[in-house]
Amino acid sequence: MSNSSQTSGATFKGYRRANGTIGVRNHVLVLPSVMCANHVVDLIGRKVPDVVTVNHPTGCAQVGTDFEQTKRTMAGFAANPNVGAVLVVGLGCETNESKALAAEIAARGQRVEVIGIQECGGTTETIARGIALARSLLDEVAAHERTDCPVSALVVGTECGGSDGFSGITANPALGFASDRVVAEGGTVILAELPELVGAEHLLAARASEPVAAKLYELIDRVEARARAMHVDIRFGNPTQGNMAGGLTTIEEKSLGAAYKGGSSELREVVEYAERPSERGLVVMDTPGQDIEQLTGMVAGGAQVVVFTTGRGTPTGCPIAPVIKVATNTSMFERMRENMDINAGAILDGTRTLEQVGDEIFGWIVEAANGREPAAETLGFHDFAINRIGPSF
Amino acid sequence: MTGRFLASHMPLSDDGAALRLKDDDDVAVALRPLAPNDVVRFGTLAITLADSIPSGHKFATRPIAAGALIHKYGQMIGRASASIDTGRHVHVHNVEGVRGRGDLAESPA
Repeated sequence: MSNSSQTSGATFKGYRRANGTIGVRNHVLVLPSVMCANHVVDLIGRKVPDVVTVNHPTGCAQVGTDFEQTKRTMAGFAANPNVGAVLVVGLGCETNESKALAAEIAARGQRVEVIGIQECGGTTETIARGIALARSLLDEVAAHERTDCPVSALVVGTECGGSDGFSGITANPALGFASDRVVAEGGTVILAELPELVGAEHLLAARASEPVAAKLYELIDRVEARARAMHVDIRFGNPTQGNMAGGLTTIEEKSLGAAYKGGSSELREVVEYAERPSERGLVVMDTPGQDIEQLTGMVAGGAQVVVFTTGRGTPTGCPIAPVIKVATNTSMFERMRENMDINAGAILDGTRTLEQVGDEIFGWIVEAANGREPAAETLGFHDFAINRIGPSF
Repeated sequence: MTGRFLASHMPLSDDGAALRLKDDDDVAVALRPLAPNDVVRFGTLAITLADSIPSGHKFATRPIAAGALIHKYGQMIGRASASIDTGRHVHVHNVEGVRGRGDLAESPA
């Protein structure tokens, strides 16, 4: 069964998509191409509660790389293999033209329908057509079945939010242990939140080829250049007040703890926000540390499962991907039990080893891929935000 | 708490109340709330705390001169903005970041 001592040949039951990707959920997503369609999308979702809807404040009067990034994020999110089919709802006069967005989603091999509010002749008719299309897409995806898939098909996003002085001691090193196991299985791990790699980038660069290291340094410099252009100390906003109350003093200290999440394997690639990795193994994605924009970017880049460590207690979840919560300390784990899945505080308590918690995280990743719902999914968390890199015009 | 190490690479204090991420770090991390005059021992190194140290926060394991770089995980985490005696709380009141300091960038002429 296994080809090497590190590979268990673990499998999960996933959805094999026509484009060769493998999903761990089978959602129908109703996506507004522009904020002007948010309300119609909500009303379709109320009538057809089995679909997943998102809202966002973007899609119009955007230019250049900012617009490209917004469109890439929407297309990538819609084409995530956890989504079986997509309904795009547009207005009709937006920058992010709904038919062009649908064409981009279709080009990625995703099943997609598109309607426009102006073309339908108003809100009520758009909702009626939207409800009919949503029901028919739900019928289509209901025919998809789970089959055995290798863990090597997984792209696992890693994230830390509401970090504290224990993040870099318990939960992040334990997640790093699990990341190494995913990579050993031939899977992909995304390490992101670039501002939270400032001060730790040399450790990653030492595990990368020269061009990959150069790209990493370029992206880190972009973060610091933004701080110089604004004449601000990053510490004004990151670490946050809550991070500081938890014992983190500087961005360097936060970063050194955060970098543990990626494990110890070679850094294979550095990708832009919401860009799909072309390599397997450990990949860095350029996202901000802001939790929801990071989560959306990684899932738009193809992550089917996310592991999220937290010290202060962060409940966030993604509408289309399971987000597994790992507490850094037992006191928060017990206080926010309903929001947490794994307690890495057990490492400090001396009741479990780092490796045991790492194995538990890896096991949870495979179970979540099989359909087990982590707390954020059961609670219905629905967070979605696209990282803007330019102003609205 | 058993043994002297957490996760096989992080040295614990003798009573498990604190740990250093690397042996030669300038700071150690309190694993539970610690009080002034508590004594934390790492083998032959005995540190008498001069401040209350909340759980997850840092204290100095040796004197740190104002302006000196401070190390945790064996890596640089910032610079002392004041001189820090052994056993003092090490945090935002006496440490500044070195990286991401756009506030120190020169304004265009």
